[in-house]
Amino acid sequence: MSNDKTVKKSRLKLFLPLAFFLTFCILLYVGLFLEDKKELPSALLNDPVPEFSLPKLKQPNEIVTQETLKGQVYLLNVWGSWCPACKVEHPYLVKLAKRGVRIIGLSYKDEDADALRWLQRLEDPYTFNIVDKDGRLGVDLGVYGAPETFLVDKKGIIRYKHVGIVDQRVWVEVLKPKYGQLQKEVL
Amino acid sequence: MGSFLVRALAAFAAVFMLSTAQAAVIENYQFDDTVQQEQFFRLNNELRCPQCQNQSIADSNAPIAQDLRREVHRMIVEEKADDDTIVQFMLDRYGDFVLYKPRMSAKTAALWFGPVILLLIGLFVLFGLVRKHRPAAKDEELDKEDRAELDKILGGKD
Repeated sequence: MSNDKTVKKSRLKLFLPLAFFLTFCILLYVGLFLEDKKELPSALLNDPVPEFSLPKLKQPNEIVTQETLKGQVYLLNVWGSWCPACKVEHPYLVKLAKRGVRIIGLSYKDEDADALRWLQRLEDPYTFNIVDKDGRLGVDLGVYGAPETFLVDKKGIIRYKHVGIVDQRVWVEVLKPKYGQLQKEVL
Repeated sequence: MGSFLVRALAAFAAVFMLSTAQAAVIENYQFDDTVQQEQFFRLNNELRCPQCQNQSIADSNAPIAQDLRREVHRMIVEEKADDDTIVQFMLDRYGDFVLYKPRMSAKTAALWFGPVILLLIGLFVLFGLVRKHRPAAKDEELDKEDRAELDKILGGKD
């Protein structure tokens, strides 16, 4: 009787390696296929927009600083005319701008002439563009590619960062609820 | 045919030379002394490129890696920053990801202690198995029946 039990127990033990193996398989599957490794968390989440002092694209004599931007909720969209994904994203930004979403552009590592031509040829969804020609502000923002879009609140605090294209799905599911909520906050 | 080969080789060589010339222009960093230079190369090899993810910023030619090399150089030469300051600068902007050798923290504890814990579990299992399969002790007393049997085989008492 008790002998029977120990036999059953040791039989179950035989399945331990298989259980370990399957757990390992699941971990690897999640790590290799399900997790989007492209998206790194922003180290600047809930930090203020870093200090900067850069000219506007269309009015190069006007200097913008992090203080200029405070007071309103806005999207800070990092883009460049050299970036194919930005071209895909562009029409949706135009749509958002027409609905009254405030989008500040960061012309990232681009030639001014190319950026201006881009805005002339396609539509211009940006309230204005900041020129970050050598990518210094980009480094301070933890940008590592384009497009990237930061959601900044009225106090100038970065509340969310989206890496990659902002499209209908991203806007409706992720950005819009946060954007609406931040707009309700009082300074 | 021969001239085609020569021309192809020449074109290849030209392209190759152009590309190295370009790289040389990009990487024309000046240092005050060799200590700074060594610091520059050491840090570049320790920092991971956020864009390409499997290369250090020394290996990668991605625009962001170029920018980060430039920042490392600027901090070394202009600010005389030490390693910790530069590493903290990168951590503040790109998070733990930029380090090939992660810091010790609650988030990275599994990385640091996981292998040791797995090794301990392995040793534990191994010792368990060895113990279980160790042959029975040899100086065991024979019971009465076995002794009688043995006596019979040996042909009784002397």
